[in-house]
Amino acid sequence: MLVSLKWLKDYVDIELTADELAHRLTMAGLEVDEIKTIRPQFAGVVVAKILSVKPHPSADRLSLCDVSDGTQTYPVVCGAKNIASGNIVPLAKVGALIPGGYTIKSSVLRGEKSDGMLCSEAELEIGDDESGIMHLPADLPLGSPLETALNIEDTVLDVNVTPNRSDCLSMIGIAREVAAITGLKMKRPAVRIKESGEDIHSLTSVKIIDSDLCPRYTARIIKNVKIGPSPVWIKARLEAAGLRAINNIVDVTNFVMLEMGQPLHAFDFRFLEEGRIVVRKSRENEEFISLDEKKHILPADTLLICDGVKPVAIGGIMGGLNSEVKEDTQVVLLESAYFNPSSIRRSARRLAMPTDAAFRFERGIDPEGVVNALNRAAQLIAELSGGYVCKNHIDEYPRKVSSAQNIPLRLDRIRQVIGIEIKAKDVTGILRGIGMVVKQEGRGRYLVTPPTCRVDITREIDLIEEVIRLYGYDRVPVTLPAVNVTEMDVIPRLDLEERIRQLLIGSGYTEIVNYSFGNPLVADILCLSENDERRNPVRIKNPLGEDLSAMRATLIHGLLETAKRNANNGSFDLKIFEIGRIFLNRKKVEPLPEEKNMVAGLLTGKITDDFWNSGKTVDFYALKGSLENIFVDLKINNCRYISTDVESFLHPGKSCRILLDDRQIGFLGEVHPDVLEKITLKNAAYVFEINLDILVAACAGKKIYYQEISKFPAVTRDAAFVIPHTMEADKMLNIVWEQKEDLLENVSIFDVYSGKEFSEGTKSLGLRFSYRAPDKTLTDLEANTVHDRIVQKTVALTGAKIRS
Amino acid sequence: MISELQQLEKDALAELETATTEDQFSEIRIKYLGRKGLLTGLLRNIAKVSEAEKPLFGKLCNELKNLLNGKIDEALNRQAAKNKEDVLLKEKIDVTLPGVAVKCGRIHPVIQVRREICSIFASFGFSVVEGPEIELDYYNFEALNIPKDHPARDMQDTFYIEDNVVLRTHTSPVQVRVMEKISPPLRILSPGKVYRRDSDVSHTPMFHQIEGLLVDRGVSFGDLKGILTAFLKKIFGGGTTLRFRPSFFPFTEPSAEVDIRCVMCGGRGCRVCGQSGWLEILGSGMVDPAVFKNVNYDFEEFSGFAFGLGLERIAMLKYGISDIRLFFENDSRFLKQF
Repeated sequence: MLVSLKWLKDYVDIELTADELAHRLTMAGLEVDEIKTIRPQFAGVVVAKILSVKPHPSADRLSLCDVSDGTQTYPVVCGAKNIASGNIVPLAKVGALIPGGYTIKSSVLRGEKSDGMLCSEAELEIGDDESGIMHLPADLPLGSPLETALNIEDTVLDVNVTPNRSDCLSMIGIAREVAAITGLKMKRPAVRIKESGEDIHSLTSVKIIDSDLCPRYTARIIKNVKIGPSPVWIKARLEAAGLRAINNIVDVTNFVMLEMGQPLHAFDFRFLEEGRIVVRKSRENEEFISLDEKKHILPADTLLICDGVKPVAIGGIMGGLNSEVKEDTQVVLLESAYFNPSSIRRSARRLAMPTDAAFRFERGIDPEGVVNALNRAAQLIAELSGGYVCKNHIDEYPRKVSSAQNIPLRLDRIRQVIGIEIKAKDVTGILRGIGMVVKQEGRGRYLVTPPTCRVDITREIDLIEEVIRLYGYDRVPVTLPAVNVTEMDVIPRLDLEERIRQLLIGSGYTEIVNYSFGNPLVADILCLSENDERRNPVRIKNPLGEDLSAMRATLIHGLLETAKRNANNGSFDLKIFEIGRIFLNRKKVEPLPEEKNMVAGLLTGKITDDFWNSGKTVDFYALKGSLENIFVDLKINNCRYISTDVESFLHPGKSCRILLDDRQIGFLGEVHPDVLEKITLKNAAYVFEINLDILVAACAGKKIYYQEISKFPAVTRDAAFVIPHTMEADKMLNIVWEQKEDLLENVSIFDVYSGKEFSEGTKSLGLRFSYRAPDKTLTDLEANTVHDRIVQKTVALTGAKIRS
Repeated sequence: MISELQQLEKDALAELETATTEDQFSEIRIKYLGRKGLLTGLLRNIAKVSEAEKPLFGKLCNELKNLLNGKIDEALNRQAAKNKEDVLLKEKIDVTLPGVAVKCGRIHPVIQVRREICSIFASFGFSVVEGPEIELDYYNFEALNIPKDHPARDMQDTFYIEDNVVLRTHTSPVQVRVMEKISPPLRILSPGKVYRRDSDVSHTPMFHQIEGLLVDRGVSFGDLKGILTAFLKKIFGGGTTLRFRPSFFPFTEPSAEVDIRCVMCGGRGCRVCGQSGWLEILGSGMVDPAVFKNVNYDFEEFSGFAFGLGLERIAMLKYGISDIRLFFENDSRFLKQF
């Protein structure tokens, strides 16, 4: 809400500076976002009178004028048509500055001298009218600077009115608050209507069919109006409030809306067929052209203001093109109504017509202020347009809009909520200061009736808020609540996340955060198979763009996009991870989609960017090592890496699924070259993704038991087995372990080698065996015996050859 | 004889003074103390000394012998140590070259801020709770006293999945879910991602929020001020000036917006604070009785306050970041600074 200080002073005699007022309003809950100063964009322009107008001897479209500023007469060549001798006009004298940075110079136009320029509203940026020279009121003193004569300077506060305070969407509403917080008296505009001529009831009628959407409709008729521009004072006020002046009728409806908060509409009465008003809901797909010349297909249940035949306005939102006030309008039907707030909001949103009227109606206007605003506007229209207000008004009010009355208020409740005692006298003083009627009901108990414009106040807590708001938040002393807490279950996954974050950071990964939504085409980019559930992502109905419309079903695509963005910026070496949720549609019908907590990472480029390791690039095992690190830390030692049935977006030869107790918890591997190509990434990239919800379950109950360190030394023996290339190391280790030799303490891989000396398709796998007895030092013979047994059995079970 | 001895001492000390190498010291030892050495020679001639001077002469000879031996040993030790040192110095490396290390990664700045705030509130006894990011309209709006077709819905432009399913616009629905399950008293904190249909220099369609809720008997607006003051002084420093001013949130009443004195200009007015000298930091208020009613809490017996703040905003102020979109572009040149 833009609040002109000059206008505000019509209702309350503030002497505070704009800054101070802004501060006081802000601290009372009406936050001032900005203080704007309106200054004339010109200098050296004065009030002048045209003494004579003659045609230019050698230019048809120009006239020669003699113009006086009261002391001197200037010859001025002018191109406008709307001038005559006697007109009072703005004269930009030689040396004057006008908007756009122009300086007026003495000149000769087609042989005639011109010492100045007559200006239009638009040229001075006072208004939009560029049709001709601006005409000024006759009573302005000649020669006085235009900015002083028109009192153009003003300060405008941009007040951020919260949705509950519909009463402050008007100048009077703001003035009421200002009066309350400054203790000043408020002046309301006197509404004294002069009626004459016919009784309105003989001219028209109002019939409300759907009173649930329109509980109250009032109307007046003003006859003999002459349409023309509004006086400068109205234009200036509208402009300060951010509205454009249109004509003396429409401007009055807007002016009164801004002044009193009641939206109004003026119909040209001659276009109302059967001369009457019918208020009803729309039928499905009814068509309507609003006065901004847009055609709407109306959904059912939109409230329409109709004449005897057709709709003429969308109630509370916008009038129709078919009945708007025109240049030759003579009779006006003025509407002032109360519409159901949620209905207006629904319609305004569906039709995408967030008008000033709808904004106020949907927040709730003062149901008892309807007639006062009607009379105020009718009176102003009559005054400004030379018309007269017909006798009486129509007030169809079939359904009383209830206003809160006698709300109980307890002083001790105020103390409980605020934390300190506020004196009864102060409480009642504050409430009466904002127009509430306060009756004492008993000791420390009151019944409070708010003014009907305060539609937000219906409960005791609403009253308490008013008390504390106006008492001052800063006067409430700071206290600390007593500690009294029920024990809450901690979320184990959060601890796990934090642990994994630490481990990954330590391994050199940097955390990223991507949007949870992305392009639905991700499924294609990742080459997901037809029956992959991630192909059918959760979709946003009203996304910011198609490329931000699908909730992510994997973190991998975001990582790849991040890698690409960084590559575009010249960063090709990347170690990143993200912890976040993915979203999947459920197979069963449930109200909400499934959300899974995941951690995913990506590795690409050089191992490190320092010169010590220059040139070495990351590979599958670098990534796997980072993951194994995590599993070791989490005491998870039974992960299995399965190279079959891998993700479609991974390299089929360099990737695997990660299984834990036969449940898949994730995958890792090199990104498939096809996918890299689609993303346009040049370097190989390695990714993993792990489901934290499953991992946290696996970690639950893991305990550490210390194992006694043996006093006896271990004996190690190595053996290298030549096996088929396709045989995985894991299989060999399993075969060794399955022999369940008690003395075998550990077996590890110390070498993998495939060279020319081996036949095609084979490799050598070097295993290091460690033997230890719990109760003695093993002799060579004892160690050799068990070692030979294991090696021979392994050879027998696998067909491997021993490499000598 | 004694005078000869004195001369000999003088000579020997002078030679030691000028000697530098191991060899020179060895020569000096041989020259004076060797079997044919000068001092040895003098001692051999002890017979020539008078009986009365003999004991003194012998004593002086011994003293001189010990002195010279000591000095030579010391010099030789010193020399040996220096030789060792010289060898090591030849191995000198350039200590200014960078170290070999797995370079640590960085935690995302927003997550860093989340950790800091959670740990501050943990010290006030708040526990972290969670809820879904895709949320029912009921929890996101209606249970929080934001009915359908209410203008308060304009405060948060919403992404819809279905008519009754939204991307949560704040983490406040979590408080409703928790209150449905747990009886008061409670102190909870719900951090997480939230979504609003908005995108420009100061808005991203996804951002992070932390919402806190404290419910107990006798909790007052003064307590709200107390906890939030303590929190803001911890995160922005003890000298932080703050103000509470009335505002509106459908789920709290009375509601308060909390501002701190602009950290950039100290209150003089700058671009960051929009010339006002104040920065909006968090929204808060006493839980509205309507919310308590929805979760069957007795609002006559219990009261509480809730607050919410945007993590990106705090991070932007802490680190002097002017474009919120940087948090989600994940440019490594940006991330490595935190």
